[in-house]
Amino acid sequence: MAEKGGNKLGVSPDERCAIGISFGNSYSSIASTIDDSPVVIANEDGDRQIPTILSYIDGEEYTGNQAKAMLIRNPSNTVVSFKDFLGQDFKSIDPTHCHAAAHPEDVSGTVSFKIQDKGEKEASTLSVSEVSTRYIRRLVQSATDYLGKKVTSAVIAVPTNFSKKQREALVKAANDADLEVLQLINEPIASVLAYDARPEAKLEDKIIVVAELGGTRSDVAVVASRGGLYTILATAHDYEFAGVHLDKVLMDHFAQEFMKKNPNVDPRENARSLAKLKAESEAAKKSLSIGTNANFSVESLAEGIDFQMTINRLRYETIARKVFDGFNRLVEGVIKKAGLDVLDIDEVILSGGTSHTPRIASNFRSLFPDTTTIQAPSTNPNAINPSELQPRGAALQASLIQEYETEDIEQSTHAALTTVKHITNAIGVICVSDDGTETFTRIIAPETAVPARRTVHVAAPKDGGDVLVKIVEGGTHIKVTKPEPKAKDNSAKDEDDSDFDDSEEEEEEHREKVWKIGTTLAEAAVKGVKEGGKVEVTINVANDLSATITTREVGGKGGVRGNLKPA
Amino acid sequence: MAATTTVTRSLPALPEGWSADKDFKPITKITASSQRTIEPVGPHFLAHARRARHKRTFSEDDRIQAQESAKKIEKDDESDESEPEDPMMLQREAKDWKSQDHYQVLGITKYRWKATEDQIKRAHRKKVLKHHPDKKAAQGSSEDDSFFKCIQKATEVLLDPVKRRQFDSIDEKADVEPPSKKESGKNFYKLWSRVFKAESRFSKQQPVPMFGDANSTKEEVDNFYNFWYNFDSWRTFEYLDEDVPDDNENRGQKRHMERKNANARSKKKAEDNARLRKMLDDCSAADERIKRFRQEANAAKNKKKNDKEAAEKKAKEDARLKKEAEEKAAKEAEEKAKVDREANKKAKEAAKTAVKKNKRILKGSVKDANYFASGDATAAQVDAVLNDVDLIQGKIDPDEIAALAGKLNGLKVADEIKGVWSGEVKRLVGAGKLKDGEAKSLV
Repeated sequence: MAEKGGNKLGVSPDERCAIGISFGNSYSSIASTIDDSPVVIANEDGDRQIPTILSYIDGEEYTGNQAKAMLIRNPSNTVVSFKDFLGQDFKSIDPTHCHAAAHPEDVSGTVSFKIQDKGEKEASTLSVSEVSTRYIRRLVQSATDYLGKKVTSAVIAVPTNFSKKQREALVKAANDADLEVLQLINEPIASVLAYDARPEAKLEDKIIVVAELGGTRSDVAVVASRGGLYTILATAHDYEFAGVHLDKVLMDHFAQEFMKKNPNVDPRENARSLAKLKAESEAAKKSLSIGTNANFSVESLAEGIDFQMTINRLRYETIARKVFDGFNRLVEGVIKKAGLDVLDIDEVILSGGTSHTPRIASNFRSLFPDTTTIQAPSTNPNAINPSELQPRGAALQASLIQEYETEDIEQSTHAALTTVKHITNAIGVICVSDDGTETFTRIIAPETAVPARRTVHVAAPKDGGDVLVKIVEGGTHIKVTKPEPKAKDNSAKDEDDSDFDDSEEEEEEHREKVWKIGTTLAEAAVKGVKEGGKVEVTINVANDLSATITTREVGGKGGVRGNLKPA
Repeated sequence: MAATTTVTRSLPALPEGWSADKDFKPITKITASSQRTIEPVGPHFLAHARRARHKRTFSEDDRIQAQESAKKIEKDDESDESEPEDPMMLQREAKDWKSQDHYQVLGITKYRWKATEDQIKRAHRKKVLKHHPDKKAAQGSSEDDSFFKCIQKATEVLLDPVKRRQFDSIDEKADVEPPSKKESGKNFYKLWSRVFKAESRFSKQQPVPMFGDANSTKEEVDNFYNFWYNFDSWRTFEYLDEDVPDDNENRGQKRHMERKNANARSKKKAEDNARLRKMLDDCSAADERIKRFRQEANAAKNKKKNDKEAAEKKAKEDARLKKEAEEKAAKEAEEKAKVDREANKKAKEAAKTAVKKNKRILKGSVKDANYFASGDATAAQVDAVLNDVDLIQGKIDPDEIAALAGKLNGLKVADEIKGVWSGEVKRLVGAGKLKDGEAKSLV
C-alpha cells in the first residue's frame, strides 16, 4: 500500500508539526504525540470525536456537534457522510445517509452539494473535494489551537478498500487545506499500531482480527503481525451492519412506542421529527453502551407532543439482535476468507464508535476461544477507547516519519519495498514432550515476511549430552473430537495454541488446533550440552528464501552453522 | 527482532550413529512462498525499510544502529564546551549572590535565557565536579567553599522557574543595545532583528513575529509593529527589591519597605515599557520599509487622483477642440458663402451690364439699319421696330441676346441686319416663343 505523501507543499522535516487524523464518514478525530505517547485532541467544543458534518447558517460555518444539531433545523445546508464520496463518480456513490441532509448532486460527473454558504445570497455548488477541504481545515485549526503551533502535516487513516483515485482525492483535498499528507495508512493497521505502541506491549507473532465498526460501514481485516511487520491477509467491508442500523432499530422501537400512545402520529413521517428521533436514538444507544438503562426524551417529537421513555440494555440487545448477529457473521466470514479458523486468531481488536457496545464484544468473546484476547472496553479493562485507536495509530506513525524527507518517505513506502515474499509454512524444531512423542515447536510463524530472523532457546534433555536439532516445516489442522477427548497432551504445543481442556463440560464437539510435522529442512547436532543447559536456535530467512540456521548452547562458544539453498 | 522466546520442552537426544559434515545436514528447501504486501507502518517497518534500502542484514543493521546511537550520546557530551572562568569571579562571596551573573557562574553565558533545564543541570554537575570543596581540600588548597556556594545559589535560582524569570528580567547582559542611527545604515535589519530577538524573551505570547528584512511584505511589517506596540511582557523587577527585614519586631518598617519595593517595581516596569516604546518609535522612524509602503500607498493614491485629473483634462480639451473645430468650420462656411454671394452679385451685375450693352447693340443695330425704312423712318415705324426688338429681347435670355448681339455687332448694312433679325424671329417662331405674325416689322 505504498502511498505517496503530498509533497506539493514542500514542508521541510524540521518545520513539521505532524498529527494523526482519522477521517470517517460519521466522526473524525485528531491526535498528536506528546512525549511519544499519543493523545487525542479535543476540539474547541471539547469533543474528541468530532462529527464529520459541515453546516452553514447565515454564512457562518459550523462543524462537529454544532453542525450536527443543525440537522434538525437546517438540514438542507448541512453536509453529512461525504467522506466516501471523495474521488468517486456520481453514479457509484450511495447517497442513503445524506437523505436527511444536503443531497449530493451530479455536476458533470463529480459529486457536489448545493449549499447556501454565503448568507442570503444564492446557493453555491460545492464539490465534495471542497467540502472535505473545508472540514479538514477546521480539524487542522483545532489541532493548531490545541498544540499552540501551526500543524503542517498529517498521517491520515483510510479504509483498506479506498481506491487509488479516492486516496489521491483525499490527498488533494488535504493539500488544498494547506496540510501536507505524509502518508495514508490503512485503518486496521492504525488500530493495531495503537495497541502495539503501548509500552507494556510485547513483540509477538500473532494473528489479529481488527473489527472497525463505524457509523455507516463496518470493515473487518485479518492482520498477521510478525515481528512488528503487518500483513493484511483478508478484508471484508459491510454497509448493512453498522452504527446507523443500531440507531434505526432504536428509532423504530421508539416510534412504535410513541404511536402506541398517540395513534396515527408517526414521527418518522415528518422530516424534523425524524431528525429529532434519530439524534435522541443515537444518544440513547451511546448511554446503553455505558449504563444498563437509557432515557429517551424528546420535547415536541411530533405535532407538539413530548415523548419520554426509558429502555434497558436487555431490551435493546433483543431488538438489535439481527444487527449484532450480522457483525458475528462478518467476522466469521473474513476469517474463512483468510483461510484460517477462529482458533488461529490470537487477538481481536474492536475499533470505531460502535465497538463501545458491550454486546458485540461479548458476542465475540463467545465466538473465539478463551485464549484469544478481545480488545474491547467491556471485555478488557486495559483496552484503549475504540474510538481513539485510529487517530492514535495515525499520530504514532506521524511522529515516526515526520523527521524524514518527503522523498525518503515515498521511497520507503514504495511497492518495491512493501511487496515481499512471505513464507507459507511455519518453521520450527522437533521437541520431545514428557511422554516421549515428537512435537513441533514453532520458531517462525506462517505468513512471516522475509527477510526474517527468529531466535528460540530450547531446553536440552535433563542430563545434557548430545542433542539433535531437527528443523522442520509445520502446518496446523483443526482437530475435532467428540466429548471426552483422549488425554492429548496440550502442553506439548506452542504458547499460542489454544486448548479447550478447561471447557470439558461443553457437550458440543471439541475443537483444537494441532501442529503437524511437515518436511524436514535440516538437521544439526549440538554436542556436549551441560546438564540443564539450553540450546539457542536462530533461523535467519533471507529475501530469496535461503536460510541460515545457527545452533549453539546458550552461553557456549562456537556452535553449528549451516545454510539452506534458496527456494 | 532479536527477542528470544524460551521453550521448556526439551530437544531430543542425538540418535546414535548420526553424523554429518560439520554437524549440519541440509535436507530440503523451504516451501515456495507467496507474495504479499506488508503495511508500511510502525517502527519495525521503518527498520525493515532501512535494511532493505541499504541492503543490510539483520546483524549489520543492529551494529550500525548501535554505533549511531552511541555516537549521539558522545556528541551530546562534547557539545558542552567549558567556558573559561574569570579569576575575579572565582573570588566572589556567596552573600553577594544578588549581583552575581548566574549564567557566568555556571559557564553557560552563550545560552543565557535560552538554556534548557537539562543544560543548566549538566553545567551545574560539571562545575560541582570541578569546584567541590572536598576536592580542593584534597588538592591541598585552602578549604574555601565560597565559590561553591555561588554555584549552588546560581543553580537554585536558575532551576526555579519563578526565580529564573526574575533573574532573566534584569539580566542586562542578554540585552542587545538598539543600534544608533549611524550604525544602522547598511545592517539596519540585521541589527534591529537582533534587538527584537533579545527583547522577545519577555513576551508572554510565543512565537513572536520576526522583524523580517527589506523584502518583507506590508502585512508582515504591520503585524510586527502591531505586536510590539501591544507587547505583553512578563518582565518583573522583584529581583532588584531591597531586602525586607524578616523580623516580626517592626511591622511598620516591614510594610513600608514592601510598599517601597512595590512602588519601585511598578516604576521600573513603567520605565521599561517606555523604553520599549521609544525603541519602537526610533526603529519605525528609521524603517525604510514603512516609508516605502507609505510612498507606495501615496503613489497609488496619487496615481488614481492624477489619472482622474488627466481624464478630466483630456475630456475638457477634447470638448474645447471639438468646439473650436466646429466654430472654425462654421466661420469658413460663412466666409465662403459671403464670397459666393459677392461673386454672384458681381456676376449678376456683369451679366446685367452685358445684357444692357447687348440690348443697346440690338437697339443700335436697328437704328443702324435705319429701322428698316428707306429714307427717314416714321415715328410709327421706329416705334414698331423698337417694340418688336423689345419683344424679342423679352423673349430671349441674356446668352441669346449676347449671341444675337455678337451677330449684329459690326454690321452696318441694313439688309444684313434685317437678315439677322428675321433669322432670329424665325428661330423664335420655330421654337414657339413667338407667334407667327408677331414682330412683323423685323421680318
